[in-house]
Amino acid sequence: MSLQLLANVFVLAAIYALVSAGYVLVYRVSRVLNLAHGELMMVGAYFLVATTGLFAGNPLLALLLAAMCGLVMGIVVYAVLMRWMTGEAVLAAVLITIALGILLRGLTILVWTTQQFYPAAAFGWRNPPVAIAPGVRISAASLAMVFLTIVVYLALFVFLQFTRWGVRMRAAGQNPLLAEQRGIRLHGVYAFAWGLSTFTASLAGMLLALDSGVESTMATIGLKAFPAALVGGLDSLLGAAVGALIVAAAEIAAIEYVDPLLSDVVPFLVLLIILAIRPWGLFGSREQLDRV
Amino acid sequence: MKDPSPYARELALFGTRTRRIRLAGAAVVLLALPFVATPFLLDLANQVLLASIGALALMLLTGFAGLISLGSAGLLAAGAYTVGVLVREIGAPFWVTLPAASAIGACLGLVFGLPSLRLRGLYLAISTLGLHFVVIYLGGEYEARETLSTGIMIDSPSLGGWTLSSGRAWYFVLLAFAALALLISVNLQRTRTGRAWRALRERDVVAGALGIDVQRFKLMAFVVSATMTAVAGALFAYFRNFVSIDAFSLYLTVQYVAMIIIGGMGSLAGAVLGAGFVILFPYVIEAIAGYLPERFGNTVFALDYAAFGAVMILFLLLEPAGLIGIWHRVKNAVVARRGASAS
Repeated sequence: MSLQLLANVFVLAAIYALVSAGYVLVYRVSRVLNLAHGELMMVGAYFLVATTGLFAGNPLLALLLAAMCGLVMGIVVYAVLMRWMTGEAVLAAVLITIALGILLRGLTILVWTTQQFYPAAAFGWRNPPVAIAPGVRISAASLAMVFLTIVVYLALFVFLQFTRWGVRMRAAGQNPLLAEQRGIRLHGVYAFAWGLSTFTASLAGMLLALDSGVESTMATIGLKAFPAALVGGLDSLLGAAVGALIVAAAEIAAIEYVDPLLSDVVPFLVLLIILAIRPWGLFGSREQLDRV
Repeated sequence: MKDPSPYARELALFGTRTRRIRLAGAAVVLLALPFVATPFLLDLANQVLLASIGALALMLLTGFAGLISLGSAGLLAAGAYTVGVLVREIGAPFWVTLPAASAIGACLGLVFGLPSLRLRGLYLAISTLGLHFVVIYLGGEYEARETLSTGIMIDSPSLGGWTLSSGRAWYFVLLAFAALALLISVNLQRTRTGRAWRALRERDVVAGALGIDVQRFKLMAFVVSATMTAVAGALFAYFRNFVSIDAFSLYLTVQYVAMIIIGGMGSLAGAVLGAGFVILFPYVIEAIAGYLPERFGNTVFALDYAAFGAVMILFLLLEPAGLIGIWHRVKNAVVARRGASAS
């Protein structure tokens, strides 16, 4: 595998890892599989389009504002929708997220049409290819994506491991009943987890938007990142990163050596293989798995 | 039959006299419909009948056996593509393609069902989702290899000198298939298999302890459901005279899942009602969009998506028992009021 391919694998893995962190956060804390994650990522990217329209002269402000909108979006989704699903069957919660995804798909087209937007162009930013090694080039936005993913993962690790809210989240995920009895407000923790999840997804969406523009088909990338989360284990952040690398490597290899059409199906093939041999994922905890 | 035992009464297809009269009434209405309906209404009725088959199949699997599947679109695609490929490659007639489609459906049902022996709930849903993408890829690969940028054209099925093409003829064919699907579902529901499925749905470990062959009945649910869905897909191909992989997106799966939720989980009548609701919904939205400002008129499909998502959420949150649940509530309220006024 040439160096350029390796670089491509890392860029794609960074995208998948950043997106799948959101699947893991929500699943780990509240045991809900959020199939609207791809759409939420897309909405995050469209927030950037909106703030760009308002503050084209001030990219930093636009980016910060869009990222904040991403955080608030998750909290709102939890407060308005998912809160009512606590204690319901697992299936009902998943179906609600599927329905939410369709609703968001429709709403984004109603608000922003099917036109393609380029926030980077609005800022006057170019996206030049950067040579990271002799003969190996990736776009500047892709490089930023790789760095951001590393930063986000380190920050999430520190947050979950050492901060008060992080400990609360882990406690809520491990045993909601005990956590509640120790005075942790579950609704608050869940809402925060949803906020973090859409925040990281929005970051991914915004960087994708800066790299290659936003349009209404962007949500597919979010769905393709889901196998990464499952391969690593749905409740393990480390797993999501490793899973992203595996899925990205398999996808790039299949595109390069077998058939470009495979790109959409390879992540799900990897997912099926993992489900057949190790359904709880590489790093997931086994006892929580709803198995026969 | 004098004084039938409770079990015999439960087994009797047409039950009481009121039920027989009601069924006869429904049959008359259904048979008379194509002679009074406009071509547009007839087309709608055909679409609803076609969707009912797939919805009934999913209801058997999810509503009765409690096995979650996100594979409807993949299975419909498999049925439609079996027809498409056979017609294109060897010019097969429908009496070859339909059995072939059901055979492919049964095989795929086995494949879709295998994960259910190890996985439950969420993980099962995900594995069927994965298989959906595999089936869609195979179809897309075939289209790309044969450089069919616009899909496969399929002639209307014909037997002797007669061709099945008019809306009215299709109506009777689809009605027959839908009725057959309903009959199979009713029969499965009220016999040994149905009881085994209901036990599985409540708790498969307990079902196993009661002596039910868990693996056999799980696989059977998948095979029966997938076969029915694949036949519906094959009929879809002939009905539209056309197969393209674009028609079988994940959204189609969501529509079928929505049919059984909106109709009412665990009810066959609910599956048919839900199919009607989901099929007619876009037409209602289109009609409403006509009164909205120009801006929304141009993006009717987006309005349709948004409204559909919203309706699905409302049903899940407010009426998990679906349309059938509403119907039972209204009926009970009317009966209660009548009882109160009589006493």
